[in-house]
Amino acid sequence: MPAVSKGDGMRGLAVFISDIRNCKSKEAEIKRINKELANIRSKFKGDKALDGYSKKKYVCKLLFIFLLGHDIDFGHMEAVNLLSSNRYTEKQIGYLFISVLVNSNSELIRLINNAIKNDLASRNPTFMGLALHCIANVGSREMAEAFAGEIPKILVAGDTMDSVKQSAALCLLRLYRTSPDLVPMGDWTSRVVHLLNDQHLGVVTAATSLITTLAQKNPEEFKTSVSLAVSRLSRIVTSASTDLQDYTYYFVPAPWLSVKLLRLLQCYPPPEDPAVRGRLTECLETILNKAQEPPKSKKVQHSNAKNAVLFEAISLIIHHDSEPNLLVRACNQLGQFLQHRETNLRYLALESMCTLASSEFSHEAVKTHIETVINALKTERDVSVRQRAVDLLYAMCDRSNAQQIVAEMLNYLETADYSIREEIVLKVAILAEKYAVDYTWYVDTILNLIRIAGDYVSEEVWYRVIQIVINRDDVQGYAAKTVFEALQAPACHENLVKVGGYILGEFGNLIAGDPRSSPLIQFNLLHSKFHLCSVPTRALLLSTYIKFVNLFPEIKTTIQDVLRSDSQLKNADVELQQRAVEYLRLSTIASTDILATVLEEMPPFPERESSILAKLKKKKGPGTVTDLEEIKKERSSDMNGSAEPASVNASAVSTPSPSADLLGLGAAPLANSAPPPSSSGSLLVDVFSDSPSAVAPLAPGSDDNFASPDLASSEVVSEEPADTVHDADELFHKFVCKNNGVLFENQLLQIGLKSEFRQNLGRMFIFYGNKTSTQFLNFTPTVICSDDLQSSLNLQTKPVDPTVDGGAQVQQVVNIECVSDFMEAPILNIQFRYGGTFQNLSVKLPITLNKFFQPTEMSSQDFFQRWKQLSNPKQEVQNIFKAKHPMDAEITKAKIIGFGSALLEEVDPNPANFVGAGIIHTKTTQIGCLLRLEPNLQAQMYRLTLRTSKEAVSQRLCELLSEQF
Amino acid sequence: MRFMLLFSRQGKLRLQKWYLATADKDKKKMVRELMQVVLARKPKMCSFLEWRDLKVVYKRYASLYFCCAIEGQDNELITLELIHRYVELLDKYFGSVCELDIIFNFEKAYFILDEFVMGGEIQDTSKKSVLKAIEQADLLQEVRNPPKRPLWTPIDL
Repeated sequence: MPAVSKGDGMRGLAVFISDIRNCKSKEAEIKRINKELANIRSKFKGDKALDGYSKKKYVCKLLFIFLLGHDIDFGHMEAVNLLSSNRYTEKQIGYLFISVLVNSNSELIRLINNAIKNDLASRNPTFMGLALHCIANVGSREMAEAFAGEIPKILVAGDTMDSVKQSAALCLLRLYRTSPDLVPMGDWTSRVVHLLNDQHLGVVTAATSLITTLAQKNPEEFKTSVSLAVSRLSRIVTSASTDLQDYTYYFVPAPWLSVKLLRLLQCYPPPEDPAVRGRLTECLETILNKAQEPPKSKKVQHSNAKNAVLFEAISLIIHHDSEPNLLVRACNQLGQFLQHRETNLRYLALESMCTLASSEFSHEAVKTHIETVINALKTERDVSVRQRAVDLLYAMCDRSNAQQIVAEMLNYLETADYSIREEIVLKVAILAEKYAVDYTWYVDTILNLIRIAGDYVSEEVWYRVIQIVINRDDVQGYAAKTVFEALQAPACHENLVKVGGYILGEFGNLIAGDPRSSPLIQFNLLHSKFHLCSVPTRALLLSTYIKFVNLFPEIKTTIQDVLRSDSQLKNADVELQQRAVEYLRLSTIASTDILATVLEEMPPFPERESSILAKLKKKKGPGTVTDLEEIKKERSSDMNGSAEPASVNASAVSTPSPSADLLGLGAAPLANSAPPPSSSGSLLVDVFSDSPSAVAPLAPGSDDNFASPDLASSEVVSEEPADTVHDADELFHKFVCKNNGVLFENQLLQIGLKSEFRQNLGRMFIFYGNKTSTQFLNFTPTVICSDDLQSSLNLQTKPVDPTVDGGAQVQQVVNIECVSDFMEAPILNIQFRYGGTFQNLSVKLPITLNKFFQPTEMSSQDFFQRWKQLSNPKQEVQNIFKAKHPMDAEITKAKIIGFGSALLEEVDPNPANFVGAGIIHTKTTQIGCLLRLEPNLQAQMYRLTLRTSKEAVSQRLCELLSEQF
Repeated sequence: MRFMLLFSRQGKLRLQKWYLATADKDKKKMVRELMQVVLARKPKMCSFLEWRDLKVVYKRYASLYFCCAIEGQDNELITLELIHRYVELLDKYFGSVCELDIIFNFEKAYFILDEFVMGGEIQDTSKKSVLKAIEQADLLQEVRNPPKRPLWTPIDL
């Protein structure tokens, strides 16, 4: 039994609680609860009016039952009744119930709001406190609507008691967090700033939290808080440990307030006024000095509080990133902590150093701790600390230490916790690529990754090594040799078989001169792994084999024998069977020339941001979930397609199969190398002329060339959304900076667009033109959003007439609402029947995030101030790229304006640069965006930098805009 | 701060306080997940961990875990001391607080927390101020309610 039951104990409640505790089983507990619920229900329904005490007791029981994890669907009304009780304890329990259990039942909210209104007007500070707590606890929009105007008045009124002021400040903060649009800035803001000077440290603490939150979004409005915060901070750090009485915590003067003030200062650049700046530097130095003093107490609370202030000071120093002296001192201090006996401090030091590593002033100083960090990786017993060590090694990596760091990470990977392996694999892959001077080192590293942690090597990683090998001919021979050697191991990971199969299929000829790796040996080696592999890998190997037929005619018959075997030709898996049949046929009919053309070496991949980097960003940062779509897109638009080079022609011969997505995606790259349709004669060429190529995805009247009856009767499906989507990319990008034009055109169909956008809303007219003289039947355009996109973009379309006459045009309206920021674009899929053939094509609909831009004009000073405020590395995204178009300043300006932001003239000190500013409007938030484009005419390059308050937005805008120049 | 949880070593939730509207279903899921993570950790491990997109700061006092979820920019150490200060407040109020005090007087534990932290931010760091507020409230009810106060009879647990 508890020793004390203070205040007004409720005996019935205590009995009930001990009953529950005495229950021997879950069933008994549920039985007891149900009995109690029935009892309470009958009391609430009974004719006898309950007195306040009983009501309170029952409401409290319900609350207890709820906290045990059971659902409560009644009692709300009784709780609301308690709010208007004059007895404090009844009111208090009523408010507690509402705070914990309220839902957005609007009927109830109105009643609750009424009770709150009365209590706020009561001028009784305890009642006001309860009411404010309730608003802060519920924090719903309805409450914000009702009270957001009232609370600032209470906050700044001269006669408000301190305790109420504190509650009002935090209550307002909570409302501002959920509904910033409902909290109007006004005269009160300057008076709130002056609360920083208040006598009562509790008031200052609460006010600082509020100001910090408000200042993040309205820096201009709260600018004056900087000097006040600095002087307050200065008074605290220089005070003797007993000066602040009850606000001294284990000999540390006002640690919470200090941390909050330092946090507030991180909303601003370094103070411009030299006196303020000097005083702040003094404060920071004092805090750093104190860290070296002997502790005033041995209690961990003392050192925690002291170090909390120290770490926050270091955060501010890093944020300002302007005082090399302080930065280096901070780094040294963290260096000491790296070896501290307290795990918590080592953890925080590693974390904090990560950000320090990105400052040019302290990067070198951070690097001096490399041995300690590597040691931490080996000896720390706590996985979360080791995780920080990995992060820091990644952050401090540059060309000078990349080899060492990558080696250590690989080392660690052998024993690393499963939970962090995938991330380490990604990091190693990125560093190896980024700092590879010598690509043989890169290839070795990735193969090591597969060897050590094959299961954690995602597709993105092994796709990437193939991309790089294909794009760099200086490493191809080495890669072929290395994979060949790695494959000798008796047990090797399937990912290695994939990489090996692909690379040997492309470059096996480079090592075939060596009798130890003759064509037959290569083939036998790969084929010895074949039966242990999964279907997708076997499919890939079959493609390798057909490539071998081209590379090494001397082993053609061996390969044909393999393809011809029952286990291939009659394989239960339709994909494998199909490949075997088609490849066998191809190897038999096609002449050497045609084989050489069809199975030619892969063309280089376009250079782009590494997909593994995107994946890491996704893993690490919140709000970048949509990057996944990028990976998917990348995967389907080039990796899959190109990882299956030989299968291209197969798609033309094939009947549509359920796994068609593995096939035919390569149509685009192959279309260039395919022989022209006119050079007919061979069966294969005929097939090509009918094949749904990317240029003319619709192949009408193609039925009579091909003899096979089952193909003739089946529909020629020109699907593969991926290749049409891919092909339309260029047109898609044209729409980023304009709203009207032709989106798609082939021999049959033209799609035109007209659209307009305002704030977070838009409307798009899509025009479908039938270019032929024949009717389109069952014409069904559908706008498809992925699951991710659906939650951010609301699209409403009306169906169109399913018949489009020859030469006619139909129109479709799409109403658009942007709910939150988004990455990908919706897909417009169109299906119709034309002259007996079924047509299916997909294009990306150019609804992009920048369409919801509203331009913002601002002065140079404002621009650079805001620019500095958005200096968190996550807020900035930068891209350096080659100009794709002539670098004409006027066209660039027009594009930036077309992109939607304001073009700010005479803002950038360098007149050749372009800067822009605007706000992205979504239903849920508004996101301020700044951009800067720096052209380099000599190098024909651009550097584009985006800073917004949201990482995903910076990322997306940067991608979109980079494509424009 | 996003939320605070108190739970026992056996994984029984003793108190939950959410500072950002969260659907009940999500709350349950988050509580379950986080309890698992924290309970699986060994003593002497660091008090901070990354969890979803949040930072978790936790500390064990006797049989009870106190666990706060904070955001990326928030200060871990000061949150650790916030937990400690809350424990001190409970201790002072109940007199050598134990888990049972919090079970039987859960509403008081809530009231004390509310006086101390509001909207996820610390309201007053002074122990005196917070306890004064709570004691005043207790006084209010005792003055208004004396005859109704039931006699305390010990219950055998």
